[in-house]
Amino acid sequence: MSPTLAFLTRRLLQLVPVVLAIAALNFALLHLAPGDAADIVAASSGGASAEFTAELRASFGLDRPLHEQFVLFIGRLLTLDLGWSHIQQAPVLELVAERIPATLLLMVAAITVALAAGMLLGILAAMRHRGWIDGILSVVALVVYATPQFWLGLMLIVLFSVTLGVLPSGGMMTIATEMGWAARAADIGRHLVLPSLTLGLFYVALYTRLMRASMLEVFTLDFITTARAKGLSETRIGFVHAARNALLPVVTLAGVQIGHILGGSILVETVFGWPGLGRLVFDALLQRDLPLLLGILLVSSVVVVLVNLVVDLLYGLLDPRIVHR
Amino acid sequence: MTALLEVEGLSVHFETARGVVRAVEDLSFAVERGQTVALVGESGSGKSTAALSLLRLLPAGASKIAAGRVRLDGRDLLALPPRQLRDVRGAQVGMIFQDPMMALNPVYTIGRQIAETLRLHLGLAGPAAEARAIELLRRVQVPAPEQRIHQYPHNLSGGMRQRVMMAIALACRPALLIADEPTTALDVTVQAQVLALIDELKAELGMAVLLITHDLAVVWETAQRVIVLYAGRKVEEGPVGRILTRPRHPYTAGLLRAAQWAADGDRLAEIPGTVPSPHAMPPGCAFAPRCALAEDRCRRQAPPLRTLEPGHVAACFRAEEIAP
Ligand SMILES: Nc1ncnc2c1ncn2[C@@H]1O[C@H](COP(=O)(O)OP(=O)(O)OP(=O)(O)O)[C@@H](O)[C@H]1O
Ligand SMILES: [Mg+2]
Repeated sequence: MSPTLAFLTRRLLQLVPVVLAIAALNFALLHLAPGDAADIVAASSGGASAEFTAELRASFGLDRPLHEQFVLFIGRLLTLDLGWSHIQQAPVLELVAERIPATLLLMVAAITVALAAGMLLGILAAMRHRGWIDGILSVVALVVYATPQFWLGLMLIVLFSVTLGVLPSGGMMTIATEMGWAARAADIGRHLVLPSLTLGLFYVALYTRLMRASMLEVFTLDFITTARAKGLSETRIGFVHAARNALLPVVTLAGVQIGHILGGSILVETVFGWPGLGRLVFDALLQRDLPLLLGILLVSSVVVVLVNLVVDLLYGLLDPRIVHR
Repeated sequence: MTALLEVEGLSVHFETARGVVRAVEDLSFAVERGQTVALVGESGSGKSTAALSLLRLLPAGASKIAAGRVRLDGRDLLALPPRQLRDVRGAQVGMIFQDPMMALNPVYTIGRQIAETLRLHLGLAGPAAEARAIELLRRVQVPAPEQRIHQYPHNLSGGMRQRVMMAIALACRPALLIADEPTTALDVTVQAQVLALIDELKAELGMAVLLITHDLAVVWETAQRVIVLYAGRKVEEGPVGRILTRPRHPYTAGLLRAAQWAADGDRLAEIPGTVPSPHAMPPGCAFAPRCALAEDRCRRQAPPLRTLEPGHVAACFRAEEIAP
């Protein structure tokens, strides 16, 4: 088996205890909160008697001791059964599976925008260190950095949807229109612009600053002098020799922040009516839909761990000194 | 015919928080075609600063080439537009550095780093560049060059990396090689190999070498002329036979004695005292505080360089009194 494959297998195996631990933690945290599904259902049916609530509880299995509930929960988990949402009257897995592509699309778009733009602007700022481009970029980055995301989203809607009328302000696609797949993709793309910008801009600012600092540090290293002594142009030195090295800390940070970005998408999805996991979390929280919340949190942690794995592999591609064993 | 490299009145200053550091002050020397000139001096004497400023390689911003001319084949490199200067770097002048561990880019294969120079200056690309890179690696005695070109710097030992640096520096058959302490970071046995290789290639390519070192044994074996720097100024220059047998500056004499003691295994082989802080240079001769021969006028006034014999200059009032 190749070292990379062995590394992958081992990392995937490590996923099992991680997922179990996260499941246990989520389970415990949510059980610590007062009130349960039976209370909610009972309350929503207009103030039920104590007997009725107890009956409900029994039918949900909520009267059993906690550890039994947990064992049952884990057992079902292993068969990919994430439980049943009493509120939505649907299997949790189905609800999550329905929503996850939209969220992944949004996240990938936001991360791509953030990394691409952040890198490019960071390189530019570092190569024009202390010039006017650097100055403007620093100020803009600082402003974006300090702007609340929901406000940014609203302002983008006001500018591009309301005033200019060039981009849709919400949803993921134009509903009730028949179109070919190419037109559909373009349609989704247009809907994606504003939410991914809203979600990504903060990270563009962050990565611009990080990339700039990282580039300036790389510029002081000896191999940059070697590159200059070879007669290379400053552009080539910046983009080819310095950037590849400066990228490493940025990629590391991006990997660590995946969970953070996922959290941010809850807000952005709410602002833009994006039909992803974020909205589902929002609703589940308000309705105390315990099984659904557990399911979503578990799935998102698996996503985060998997993305981290991808980032680790990517890091190995970027830096030949890293050998995955 | 003029010399290959003529440096005239070169002064390099660093702006620091504590004031201006005059790292190199009024330095003049020449390197003839095919000649090896050694630049020696203690740590901090300005050797690297001088070498780097010849090709304007010092970091922009803090450093400033305050004055001087650096003529290569009659062209003033300090006045050249950046575009033309880049055509000189790596093509007419090759350079290798003290720390081969840091001098190569860690994320690219060495084949790619060699080929980059070949494409830039010779227009070689693809298989032609690869073949040439292999040939160059073979020439600098890197074993199994066909495999090496696919490896990264971290796969190679220090000595091997310095050879790779030489392959890059010599790729375009430069007229001048600037080697800034090329062996300081290497094991003793590897040092000898690398120096022998430089000598060999110098003869083969007919290039001149500006060798920066503080190892007088190396100077003796490889150089024809020696320039001694102290606190950024040239204090003595002459043919290697003269400088190393009959020095005319107390600092050079001290260096020589120290080198002999070091060779005898005596650990106290240092010149007494330390180099003056660049922020508190004495008004007179910078070496006066450490000099046994120093007298009042040395402390008042910096001694000018005087020609003692044809081709031998020293900056000392009492040059004639110095015993070998
Ligand atoms: N970037 C810098 N900023 C400020 N001062 C500097 C800088 N680089 C070098 N100097 C100063 O310039 C002087 C000469 O340094 P330089 O590196 O040229 O010495 P060197 O002879 O090459 O020493 P070594 O043998 O240690 O390499 C020193 O006093 C040093 O402190
Ligand atoms: Mg040095």
